[in-house]
Amino acid sequence: MFGEYSLADLSSIFVMQGFAGLILFSVYVLMALGLAIIFGQMGVINMAHGEFMILGAYVTYLCSGFFQTHLPSLFGAYFFIAMALAFLASGALGMLVEWALIRHLYKRPLDTLLATWGLSLILQQAYRSIFGPREVGVELPSWMMGSIPVTDSIEVQINGLFVIAVTTVITLGVALLIYRSRFGAQIRAVMSNRPMAGAVGIDTEKVDRYTFGLGCGIAGIAGSAFTMIGSTGPTSGQLYIVDTFLIVVFGGAASLLGTIASAFSISQTQSTLEFFLSGSMAKVLTLLAVVGILMLRPQGLFTLKVRR
Amino acid sequence: MAKDISDTENGLRSPLRRKLLMGMAGLPALALMPRPSFAAAPPTSAVNTTGLAVTDTEVTVGILHSATGTMAISETGSIQAEKLAIAQINEAGGVLGRKIKVIQEDGASDWPTFAEKAKKLLVNDHCAAVMGCWTSASRKAALPVFEQYNGLLYYPTFYEGLEQSKNVIYTGQEATQQILASLDWVHKEKGAKTFFMIGSDYIWPRTSNKIARKHVENVLKGSVVGEEYFPLGHTQFNSVINKIKLKKPDVIFADVVGGSNVAFYKQLKAAGIDLSKQTLLTISVTEDEIDGIGGDNIAGAYSCMKYFQSLKNPNNEAFVAAFKKMWGEKTVIGDVTQAAYLGPFLWKMAVEKAGSFDVDKVVAASPGIEFKQAPEGYVKIHENHHLWSKTRVAKALPTGQFEVVYESPELIEPNPFPKGYQ
Repeated sequence: MFGEYSLADLSSIFVMQGFAGLILFSVYVLMALGLAIIFGQMGVINMAHGEFMILGAYVTYLCSGFFQTHLPSLFGAYFFIAMALAFLASGALGMLVEWALIRHLYKRPLDTLLATWGLSLILQQAYRSIFGPREVGVELPSWMMGSIPVTDSIEVQINGLFVIAVTTVITLGVALLIYRSRFGAQIRAVMSNRPMAGAVGIDTEKVDRYTFGLGCGIAGIAGSAFTMIGSTGPTSGQLYIVDTFLIVVFGGAASLLGTIASAFSISQTQSTLEFFLSGSMAKVLTLLAVVGILMLRPQGLFTLKVRR
Repeated sequence: MAKDISDTENGLRSPLRRKLLMGMAGLPALALMPRPSFAAAPPTSAVNTTGLAVTDTEVTVGILHSATGTMAISETGSIQAEKLAIAQINEAGGVLGRKIKVIQEDGASDWPTFAEKAKKLLVNDHCAAVMGCWTSASRKAALPVFEQYNGLLYYPTFYEGLEQSKNVIYTGQEATQQILASLDWVHKEKGAKTFFMIGSDYIWPRTSNKIARKHVENVLKGSVVGEEYFPLGHTQFNSVINKIKLKKPDVIFADVVGGSNVAFYKQLKAAGIDLSKQTLLTISVTEDEIDGIGGDNIAGAYSCMKYFQSLKNPNNEAFVAAFKKMWGEKTVIGDVTQAAYLGPFLWKMAVEKAGSFDVDKVVAASPGIEFKQAPEGYVKIHENHHLWSKTRVAKALPTGQFEVVYESPELIEPNPFPKGYQ
C-alpha cells in the first residue's frame, strides 16, 4: 500500500494525518460539550442543539457584515467579538426556552425529546424566513485563512489551530466552572440529589436555567467557530446532531471526562479509517464499533456514581 | 327551509334583483366587445378534450418544489425562475390566448410528499403541466404518479440519466452531456492523466463518477487514482485532503453536494491546496453554491455546466436583468435556475404547435421544439425528451461569478442510456 511513496512523503503524511485527527477531536469536543452539560447534568435530550449552534453561526455572519461596513479597521479581530455575542445570543435563547418549555417537562424526559425536536423545526423555519433558505458565506479575516508551512511537505491549517485553541480554552473554562466554582458545586449538587439540594437552600430552578443557558451558549460558540470549516444555512445544524449525540452517549452521559475521551477515540478511529478506507465505509465501521462497545458497556465509557 | 323560500319570494320582488336582472340582460353584449389579446383564442372544447383545468381565459399549471426543508436552498431559485417565465408568458398574451394560473405546492424536501402533492395537482387541480422536482429522489417518487394519471412534468435539474418517460421533459443535462466534453477539455488543455474523484454518497455522484471513470480509462487512457464517497452532510474532509496530497492527481473531480460542499472547499483552501495550481473540476457547484462557499474559497476551480450567469449573449442579458428586477439585485442565477426557466416556454411552444392542451398531443408535439430565446443559447427537444445543449467549462472567480473558458462547439446530443458507460 505504501510501496510507491518515499519515506519523506509518508512521514509528512503521518504528521498531517495526526493533525487532522487532532482537529477532528477538537471539533467533536466543541460540538459535544454543550450537549454533554445539558444531557449529562440535567437529563434533557436537546434535539435543538444543532439549531443553537447555527444561531451562533448566524450571529457571526451578522457580525462579519457589520464590521465590514462600519468598522473595517477592526475586521481582523471581529471573530472574537462574534464568538462572545454568539455565546450570549444562544445562551439567552436557551434560558428563554428553558423557562418557556423545558422546565415544564423535567419529569417527562422523553417528552423533552419531542418538544426540543419541534423547537428545532421551528428554529430552522425561522432562520429560513429571516436569512433566506440559501446558505450564507461568512467572510473571515485574512489572517485566519490558509496554512503555515512547517516543512516543504507539512502544512498546518490556521483555522485548525484556531479550533484547537478555542476548544482548549472552553474546555478548561467549563472544567473550572463545574469543579472549582460555587456555581459548579451547585450544579453538581442539584444533579446528584435535587430535593436535598433544594433543602439546603440552593435555588434549583435558577441553577437549571443557568445550566441550560450555559450549554446552549457553548453550542453558540461552537457554531461560531464552525463557520470556518463548515456551512451556515438554516438546516446546517442537522449536520452535527448525530455525531454530537453519539459522542455524548458513548462517553457516558454525566461525565465531562467521558465526553472528551469519547470524542478522542471516535475522532481518531474515524480519521484513521477515512485515510485507509473510503469515507462512507469509515463511518460505517466507526458506528459499528460504537454500537458494539455500547452493547458491552451500556453506561458509556465513563460514568459517575450517583444515587438516583 | 321555510325561511329560505320566503327569502326567495322576497328577493323576487326586491328592486336590487330587478336591477341585476336588467344588467344581466346586457351580458351577451360583452361577448361582442373587442378583446385584443384573446381575439384568436380557440374554443375550450377544442383544446381540452381530457378534462384539464382550462377555461376560456385561463389554464392552470402546477409548480412543485421544496419551499421548506433542506432542499429549499436549491429549489428556491427554480421556483423563482418558473414564476418569472410564467409572468413573461402571461404578459405576452398567454398560451393559446389563455393566461397561466399557477398553483404552487410545497414538496417540503420529503420525497413521499412530492408524490402526494403531484397527485393533488393532477387529480384535484387538473393541471395541464407541472414544473417541478429537483432531486432525483423526488422525481423518482413523483414519476409513477405522473405516469398513472398521464400528467406532464418539466424537470429542471442536471441529473444522472438512465431515465426516459413519456410524461417528463428533462430541461437540465443528463450526465454524459455534462461530463464528457469537460473531461476532454481538461485532458487536452491541462494534459491531465490522473484523476481523483470525490463525491457525496448517493446515486447521482456515483453514476456520474462511473461515467467519468469509463471515459478517463477507455477514451482518454488516463487513470483514476482515487474514488471516495462521503455520507450526505459529512463535514470533515481533512483525511481525504491528505490522501489527495499524497496521490498528487492532475485533476480533482468533485461532485460533493449540500452542506458538505461548503465544508469541502473551505477545508481544501485551509489545507493549503491552491486551486490556481491544482486543477479541480466540479459538476456540482453553480453560482448558488458559491454564495455559501464564499468566492475566495473556491476561486480557480473549474465548473462544468450548460449555463453560467456571466454568459454573454443578448438573451441572457435580458434574462438576468428581468430576474434581478423581479427577485432582487443580490440574487444569483445558477444552471438549474436557468433550466427551470426553460420549462414554461418549452411547454407553451409545444401546446401552440399541438394546438391543444391535451397531454398526449403536447408530448407528441414536443420533440423538435426549438427555443431560440433561451438564456443559454439555442436549445431543442430531442426524441428522448432531453434537450440538445452546449456544455461549458468556467473558472470560478473570487467575486462568486464564473468566467467561461470553454464552450463545446456544437450542441451535444442527450444520451440518457450511454452505451459503454454502464
